[in-house]
Parts: sequence; structure tokens; C-alpha cells
Amino acid sequence: MSALLEVKDLNAWFDLDGKRELHAVQGVSFALDPGERLGLVGESGCGKTTTVLGLLGLLPPSASVAGRVLLNGVDILAGGEETIRPHRWVDLAIVFQGAMNALNPVKTVGSQIVEVLELHERARGRAAWRRSGELLESVGIPADRASRFPHEFSGGMRQRAAIAMALACNPSVLIADEPTTALDVMVQAQILELLDSLCRDFGLALLLVTHDLPVVAELCDRAAVMYAGEIVEHGPVDALYHDPRHPYTRLLFAATPDLYGEGVPASIPGAPPRLDLPLVGCPFHTRCDRAFVRCKDERPSLRDLGEGRSAACHLNDVVAEVGA
Amino acid sequence: MSHNGNRPLIAVEDLVVRYPVLRGLTGTITRRPQQYVHAVEGVSFTVARGELVALVGESGCGKTTTAQAVLRLVEPVSGRIEFDGGEITGLQARALRPLRRRMQMIYQDPYESLDPRLKVRAAVEEPLLIHGLGGTKAQRRERVGDALSRVELNPPELFLERYPHELSGGQRQRVAIAASIVLQPDLLVADEPVSMLDVSVRAGILNLLDRLREGGLGILMITHDLSTAARFADRIAVMYLGRIVEEGPAQEVVRDPQHPYTKALLSVVPRRDPRERSRPEILSGEAPDAVRIPSGCRFHPRCPIAIADCKQIDPALEPAGAGAGHQAACIRV
Repeated sequence: MSALLEVKDLNAWFDLDGKRELHAVQGVSFALDPGERLGLVGESGCGKTTTVLGLLGLLPPSASVAGRVLLNGVDILAGGEETIRPHRWVDLAIVFQGAMNALNPVKTVGSQIVEVLELHERARGRAAWRRSGELLESVGIPADRASRFPHEFSGGMRQRAAIAMALACNPSVLIADEPTTALDVMVQAQILELLDSLCRDFGLALLLVTHDLPVVAELCDRAAVMYAGEIVEHGPVDALYHDPRHPYTRLLFAATPDLYGEGVPASIPGAPPRLDLPLVGCPFHTRCDRAFVRCKDERPSLRDLGEGRSAACHLNDVVAEVGA
Repeated sequence: MSHNGNRPLIAVEDLVVRYPVLRGLTGTITRRPQQYVHAVEGVSFTVARGELVALVGESGCGKTTTAQAVLRLVEPVSGRIEFDGGEITGLQARALRPLRRRMQMIYQDPYESLDPRLKVRAAVEEPLLIHGLGGTKAQRRERVGDALSRVELNPPELFLERYPHELSGGQRQRVAIAASIVLQPDLLVADEPVSMLDVSVRAGILNLLDRLREGGLGILMITHDLSTAARFADRIAVMYLGRIVEEGPAQEVVRDPQHPYTKALLSVVPRRDPRERSRPEILSGEAPDAVRIPSGCRFHPRCPIAIADCKQIDPALEPAGAGAGHQAACIRV
């Protein structure tokens, strides 16, 4: 049985002035089953957005991508744009952070959804308008609002409309890149509830890209934590919080304030390494509170730890409890 | 705070701020009645020395306007603002200037609040020059170095000659804070001071503000992030549509919320621990716009426990909950 979506050893790098390269994504692998929700978490510059743009073939020409993206077992990355295009929006749809940027300000919301439906030959004319009304209803917007312009919508409504547009072709995977970051907490809760019901009721698989650990803890089954272009830990969200196997995961949770949490959040000193220079040793070792000699010289690889977990940390060879 | 007998650093009483809605040419000719955005409608609170008060609420609730009015950056329609015992509401610009030094602001985006052409040294020195403070060049240099060490940019010499683009987001925010505290203010107003920063550096900035507070600074922090307010504020005031609907010691407000809006807001905050997944009480829709404020209690159209009286009675803040100094504006509490 192959997964619905499987990303294998994805690499993406940018050419800087012809001499240097910035290795933004380094050997990222993950898989998604129908109805599953995976969080891709990390801070700015960790490569999470480049990962999703890379797997959708949406990176600018200055970028190169290598690796495999298997949709139902078939590699869609192998043939470049020609093999990706039939699947983009059709099987793999994406919702971005700034919904205003995804919507055309001079066209009504309904006509933009109709355009998608007609472009992909899902419906035409009156049937397409009816379908666009249904799609809006499915994300909680009354169908009669289809004739409104994006500026007449609030931030939350725009994000709903962008989700409705992404759902136009009945995709099997929805990729949401920081879908609630610019929204208020109550509106965020509404959008998270919507995404939750789309996964539960329609078996949509969700790849949620965010910097916000609590949002992932709230919505996702599993999460992959990215640092300096690679996945450093991957596992069920419960295990990541209660028994982290990479110090970065533990420190990131410790830096996140919690409503009822005890103690004061602590920042992680230092900064991530530059990705345009060769990395020696573990990319996190300069900021790690548990680094030892080996971390400086030898780069740890992502190792399987059983129970659907993996981590890239030498401590897993030395002691049983990295998180302790 | 007033509770311990000292007079508050800042005391705001019944503050009202309205912005006129542009009527346009046709509106003016047809004498359409002038409408107002009721941004702040009767807000009262105090901030003491050594106290961090968080003003929380969703966008459009009036929290930023309140902060701007406190700094006299917008003119209130009515109300009274006292700074260190003296009323500043009616002061002219000239009389206000010496007070400006004592009230400083930190903005959300350190990428925009720092002049990209100014080196760190110049950015931190500039407020001293503007206020004609700091004495000789050597003395100013010392104060700049001192401010940089207070924001933990150590050693200062390493940062003095750098430009903002050579600094990380967290370092830029520290420079912005250094430029505020170099004047040795009494009050710091911080508008979403960490929301643009990465999670791993946010705590560092908040802990820094906490240490400045311990050093006697009064801090008014505007934030939409209840988890941050819960951890770092002494008191929390929750705003909805221009009003404070609940106010009290941070832990009281978070652990024993009284107003239905506060309860709903707290219920939707995602938690770190997946086992503590929130049982959200999701309010439908969004806050109505501040031009057409609902009658009675302004929260009643979205309130899960509203009764007929709520459409008529505009509730005032009254003592609520078990803890001292905890108030809520709801007739059902």
C-alpha cells in the first residue's frame, strides 16, 4: 500500500549570483494518508514554505528541485511542469496566508471560483455558478455572497473563500501555509474548525505549514519539525510534546507561552546557521543545551526510533531520554 | 497600583475616542448625518510603576487607540488621563514635550520602526539629541552603551557600528527598546512587541520587558495573544468594541474568567499540549463594526447567555469573581 502523498528526499536550492548556492531544503521526506493531518513546523527560514512550493513545482526559476513526489505511487515531479500541472489544484490544492493576495480584488468572489471550475473543465456557465455557491456554503459563507468583491469580506471570510476556491476540483490533499497567522484568535478557531471538519467529513488530507506549535497541537495528528532546511524530528504530536527526541523540539515548546502553563518561557539563544555555507556537524549544535563533542563534527541523520517516530540527534544513540 | 497606596503612574478615566467616518461629497451635500467610529467608549484603568498591564482583544476592539490616546497621539473626545498625578489631557504640545520623554513606545515591527540608514549607535542616540539630553558626546556615548547592555546586546561595542539589516529580528527589537529606555522613561507602551518575531526569540524580548518592569518601569502592553498576557502581565484588561469588559489580576482573569466574552476567548486559545486540546466555545461571526454599536450590552448579539435585559442595559464594570480587584461588565455575573 502506498500513501496518498509521499515526498521522498526532497531537496531545493537557490542559485545566488552564480557562485554560491543556498540549500534551503535538504532531504525532506514525509507521507500523508487520506484524512490525515500533518503539521510542518518551524521558524522563519527553516525551509517549510520552500518545501511545499517545491513539491508543487511553484518555486521561481532561480531554484532547483530534486527528489520524488509520489501521488498514489506515481512520481509527479519527474516530468517537471508537464507532469505536475495536471495535479496542481486538482489533487493538490494550496491555501496561503494572505488570502487577499490569492483573490483578485477586481473580480467577484463567485466569478473567481467559476473561473477555476471552467479552467479545469469541472462545470460551465450556470452549473459552475451553482457549484461555486455550494463551495462557498461548504466553508460557511452564504451562497448569495458569491456576487461580492473580496474587499467586502472580512479577513476570516476571505480565508474561507480562498479555501472554497482550493476545494473547487475536489482535491485529495489540501496544503495550508500559515492559514490563520494574520487572523484573530476567534476567527482562527473558526478556520481550524472548518479545516478539521473538511478532513473528518471528506477525508481530505491536510498538510499544515506553520510556525505556531499550539495550532499544530490543536489540529494535527503528526508533525515534522524543521530546522535549517531539514526535518529534525517527526512523530505524533502527543509524543513530540511529552517525549521530544530532539533538543530543538523541546526548546521550541519551552519557548512557547501557554495559557495555563507553569514557569516562564525561555528563548533559544543564538541563530540558525547560514544555509549558503557548508554545514559541519549538527546544524543545531551551536544553540543546543545538550551538545557534546560528536555534534560538532558529525552531522546526525534522521533515524527511525520506532512507533512512527524519527529524530536527527546523536543523543538518541547515547541516552534513552533526550527530552529528560 | 492604587491598591498598595501609591498613586498610579498613569490613570485613565472614562476615555472616549471617536473617529469621524468620511461622508464623501454626496454625503455632505445631502447632509447625511455625520457618523463616527466609536473606537473607545468609556475606558478606565491604571498602570503603576513596576506593573505590566496587558490590554487584550481582537482587532478593532480599540486597544491600540487606547494606547495612542494615553500617549496623546490621538485626541480623546472626553475623559481624563493623569500621568504621575498630573492631568495631561488638555496640555498643549509645548507643555507635553518634557512628559514625552517619560512615556515611550515600542512598535510591533522592528523592521519598520528603525531607520535603515542609521547605525545602532545613531538610532539609540537620536532620542537624546531630540530631547537635548545626555550632556557631552562622551556622556551620550556612555548612555547609549548602557542602554544597549540593559537590552542585553553585549558587548555594546559589537553592535554600535552595525546597520539594522545586519541584525536579526530579535536584535532589532532590542535596539528599538534601547532607543526607548535611553531616555529613562517611567512608562513604556508596547504595541504587540513580539508578534513579528520568531517563537524562539519572543521569550527573550518578553523576559527583557519583565526585567525592565522589575526595575520600576510601568508597562502597558497591547496584545492579541492571551497566552503571552497570561504569562507576563500583572493585570489583564479585556476589550470588546471599545469597552473594557473584564479586568483584573492576570491569573484571576485567566483561571476564573467572569465575562462570557473572556470565557469564549480563552476557550479558543490553542494549547501546547495536545492532551489539553481546547473545547472551544466558538462565537459565530465577527465583532460588529464600531460605527453601529449594538444597544444595551454591546456583546449581546454574540453572547451565548444573553437575556432580554441585555438588549436594554449597558453594564458597567463591577467587582466579580473571588479575587480582589477583579471586575466584569455583565449583568449575568
